[in-house]
Amino acid sequence: MKYSYYPGCTLHSTAIEYGWSTEAVCEALGIDLVEIEDWNCCGASSAHSLDPHLALALPTRDLMRAQAVGADIVMPCAACYGRMAAADHKMRSDSAWRKEMEAEFQTEYIGAARPRTLVDVLGNDLSPEALAAKVKRPLNGLRTVSYYGCLLIRPPDLTNRWDDPEHPVVMDRILKALGAEPVQWAHAVECCGASLALDRADVVTVLSGRIVQGANDAEADCIVCACPLCQANLDSRQKGISPKVPVLYITELMGIALDLPGRSKWFAKHLVDPRPMLRRKGLE
Amino acid sequence: MKRIGVFICHCGINIAGTVDVKRVAEALKDYPGVVLATDYMYMCSDPGQSLIRQSIKEQNLEGVVVAACSPAMHEVTFRKASAQAGLNPYQTEIANIREQVSWVHQDDKEAATRKAIEHIKTIVEKVKYNESLIPLSLSLVKKALVIGGGIAGLQAAIDIATAGYPVVLVERSDRLGGHVGKLSGVYVNFNAARDLLESKLQAVQENPRIKVFLETEVEELGGYVGNFTAKLKHRGDNGGEPTFSEHTFGAVIVATGHSLRPLSKFGEYGGGRYPNVIDALTFERMLAPDGPTGGEIRRPSDGQVPRQVVFVQCAGSRDPEHHMPYCSKICCMYTAKQAALYRQRVPDGQAYVFYIDIRSQGRDYEEFVQSAMTEHDVLYVRGKVARLYEEDGKVIAWGADTLTGKPVEVQADLAVLATAVMPAEGAVELAQRLRIATDEHGFFSEAHPKLRPVESLTAGIFLAGTAQAPKDIPETVAQASAAAAKVLSLFSQRELVAEPTIAYVDEELCSGCGLCIPACPYQARAMHPWKHKAIVNEALCQGCGACVVACPNKACKLRNLTPSHVLAMMDAYLAEV
Amino acid sequence: MTTGATASLSSAVRTSAASTAGNAQRVDPSFLPTVEALSHENIRRCYYCLKCTAGCPTAYAMDYGPAHVLKLVQLGQKDKVLQSKAIWMCVGCETCWTRCPNGIAAGHVMDALKQMALREGYAPAERRVLVLHRQFLTSIRLFGRVHELSMLALYKLLSGDLFTDLDLGARMFLRGKIPILPERIKGMSKIQQLFAKRPRGQE
Repeated sequence: MKYSYYPGCTLHSTAIEYGWSTEAVCEALGIDLVEIEDWNCCGASSAHSLDPHLALALPTRDLMRAQAVGADIVMPCAACYGRMAAADHKMRSDSAWRKEMEAEFQTEYIGAARPRTLVDVLGNDLSPEALAAKVKRPLNGLRTVSYYGCLLIRPPDLTNRWDDPEHPVVMDRILKALGAEPVQWAHAVECCGASLALDRADVVTVLSGRIVQGANDAEADCIVCACPLCQANLDSRQKGISPKVPVLYITELMGIALDLPGRSKWFAKHLVDPRPMLRRKGLE
Repeated sequence: MKRIGVFICHCGINIAGTVDVKRVAEALKDYPGVVLATDYMYMCSDPGQSLIRQSIKEQNLEGVVVAACSPAMHEVTFRKASAQAGLNPYQTEIANIREQVSWVHQDDKEAATRKAIEHIKTIVEKVKYNESLIPLSLSLVKKALVIGGGIAGLQAAIDIATAGYPVVLVERSDRLGGHVGKLSGVYVNFNAARDLLESKLQAVQENPRIKVFLETEVEELGGYVGNFTAKLKHRGDNGGEPTFSEHTFGAVIVATGHSLRPLSKFGEYGGGRYPNVIDALTFERMLAPDGPTGGEIRRPSDGQVPRQVVFVQCAGSRDPEHHMPYCSKICCMYTAKQAALYRQRVPDGQAYVFYIDIRSQGRDYEEFVQSAMTEHDVLYVRGKVARLYEEDGKVIAWGADTLTGKPVEVQADLAVLATAVMPAEGAVELAQRLRIATDEHGFFSEAHPKLRPVESLTAGIFLAGTAQAPKDIPETVAQASAAAAKVLSLFSQRELVAEPTIAYVDEELCSGCGLCIPACPYQARAMHPWKHKAIVNEALCQGCGACVVACPNKACKLRNLTPSHVLAMMDAYLAEV
Repeated sequence: MTTGATASLSSAVRTSAASTAGNAQRVDPSFLPTVEALSHENIRRCYYCLKCTAGCPTAYAMDYGPAHVLKLVQLGQKDKVLQSKAIWMCVGCETCWTRCPNGIAAGHVMDALKQMALREGYAPAERRVLVLHRQFLTSIRLFGRVHELSMLALYKLLSGDLFTDLDLGARMFLRGKIPILPERIKGMSKIQQLFAKRPRGQE
């Protein structure tokens, strides 16, 4: 299985452990990630807040460059996915815009490759049985809550409902295949505060705090997520919450289950250190 | 040559404002066959009609052309006037110079006048070839089929049977009563629904003219008004093979009721995953003395009496993006009733109603909603609930307060969704079997939204109750009685009269090729069993002309619109003015 | 709804505004069509059910919830809307669009309003939000990708918000999650061209 790969800025910085674990897991599962050559930032919330042209033109450059790979574009970050999906939708639905962009980048837009998010690929292109067959260290006894946040599964007009926008199931399906015990909870699709992380930390503390508290109420051992912004917000806004809840990328848990090397390096990057909890569960 | 009179109507300024009617009359005077061409302010008025009647007598007219509005408006009026003067009504035709001339050419009076002249000449040519026809007589079976045993079907059956005609009432389920049979009490007075229903059930059971078939559906319906043939399918005992029976009816009333938008469609409200998020009908059963809890309000998860109940209105109604765009009409009222009943039964409980708008049109309806707020202390919050989820045994509702525009959260024990009213399951398939129309949602369509609200577009098939659109009990009962009255006015005739301007087959020319049979959209064609010639079922034929086009031998013709008519009309239209 | 209906709505509002002279907001009848054109959203479809506000994660911290903003746009209350905190507090999570019975993406309207406020010189009610967005875009303009360290430093300096989360930043830095050197892409000339093409007022 070959995909073109768009890591996005955070997978080289604040979410470097997501980047490492994504690449390790994909390699172990025979998923060939071909990084888009010289990709640029998608523009994230800042571009669409201030500049509608840049908000679409920046990710369009990446979509154009990805065509060289000739396969669906996979991106681990939900915010990048949101922007790529919006740009792709615009290219498909507005022919005047498409012509403008084709002239801008001197490239024809074929539209054969679709932007997709990493959990979609891991959960839907790979059968749970195939995944379970590769598990070496089942995550027995690990109670998890799956956290999707916003743009991974919303809005349905752009995601084409690859999972239910109100009750997504893909991460639970993966986690069950890994042997974990996904627990139902109420906060799976609530927003963490996302782009207000720095400028309105007070708001993010309230929103993320409520989600982390929800995980505690569900007696979960950890929160499982698939977005660098969600992870950063949930991991960093736990002041006053007890006990603290490790927030793991789904690829990190897959790394444990597949018994991939170099894992301790990933976990060392977390603010809430997951290693004591993993040790307790015999999963370190 | 036939003596023809031409009568040109001004229609006030509707026609005369654009068409020079005097010039038109002048131009027609000397046209071959025309012995009189005159104009008048309003031809449809009494003096206008008597002008026509008088002229027929005085001038011995054998044909009449009225140049006026659309034949849909006044063809019947003028044909009647002709008949009163002793002229066969089918010798009178309309030339439409209003909708087809003056209204569409207001900016060019000269062209409009010329077009009016050509138009009238064309119709004069048609009248020259018209035959004198007599209307068709059709037999009439004075027995009605009522489909659906809810309150609408019961009422219609009672009314028809009370007037002395036999009725067959078929019901798909194993009991009569429909949705009303599941309710606790009704607004505006909390009367027990069971009592209302019992009086109707008793009237049905006691009337020997009503034959009830339970667990029965209409498998096929053929024939036409006055002569429908129905094949009924009766469910077999203990899962055995179904049995069938055939009947003949003169009229059909469709009263198949409605269904509700399923909870699984509401992802943001849990999609049916939470036991304490229920629909209003389930809550109604909880309130009903013959319900599963014996009339006690107990929530499904643990049987506890809920202390905080959230009612969510417009769940799936007025939501064109995800659900149904229309208002389900009954929810505002029954939600007020349910919330008030809850407060009566659980005096220390709190009821919240989240609504967008309150629609309470009906006698005492608004007062009833107000009493829910003031006398029963139901708290109304204006705003749609965005999300319901379960946490710690509670149902958390996220709403918003209209005054501040701020979000509010209610920690409830039970949430009741007023789910949208939808067509009954299988409504579209039934419509296909009955050959009647449905709207885009699957509700049966009435013939005219204002003037023919209980008739379908198929003659002899009538509509009653929520099968046609969401409506409450009094409206349903009123429509059922109205449909019954339509059936009775049909049955009051000795025989059925139909227009004779339909197709016929020239047996000399028909080769029996059968091409006209599939071409007919009304199943009005068949092959004669031994003559091997096509025959027309005159009761079903609508005179559309599809067979005329299909026939390779020109053996199919429409009465008073034969090829001779059409060619003469074309010659007149294309001639130089 | 036709433009005619909107015009009559606006004139009705104007009449009542005149009767409460002094306190009333100026009504701008061109506001609604302008915002609709900029946002590509049909705001007239809003019947004010408040489902967006009820589900909005940041509505509690807004002065007007999203439904309220849409209503104010319908009523031509331009100053109120463009001076509001609400438009800067929207995080673009698309929850409103996902649930709206009338298919309105209120977040897209919020974006259009932010851009309009900047173009027309309204002081942002949440200045720090604007500063951060600008530094984020600056980072892209300089490197093609975001460089957190320089972006954060500039944000701190320009926003005046020097001390919030310094400890958090330090912990992230110590864990090696904030690289010192930026990644600069090769195709910078195209990125700079895209930035140069921005319409006036959005620089």
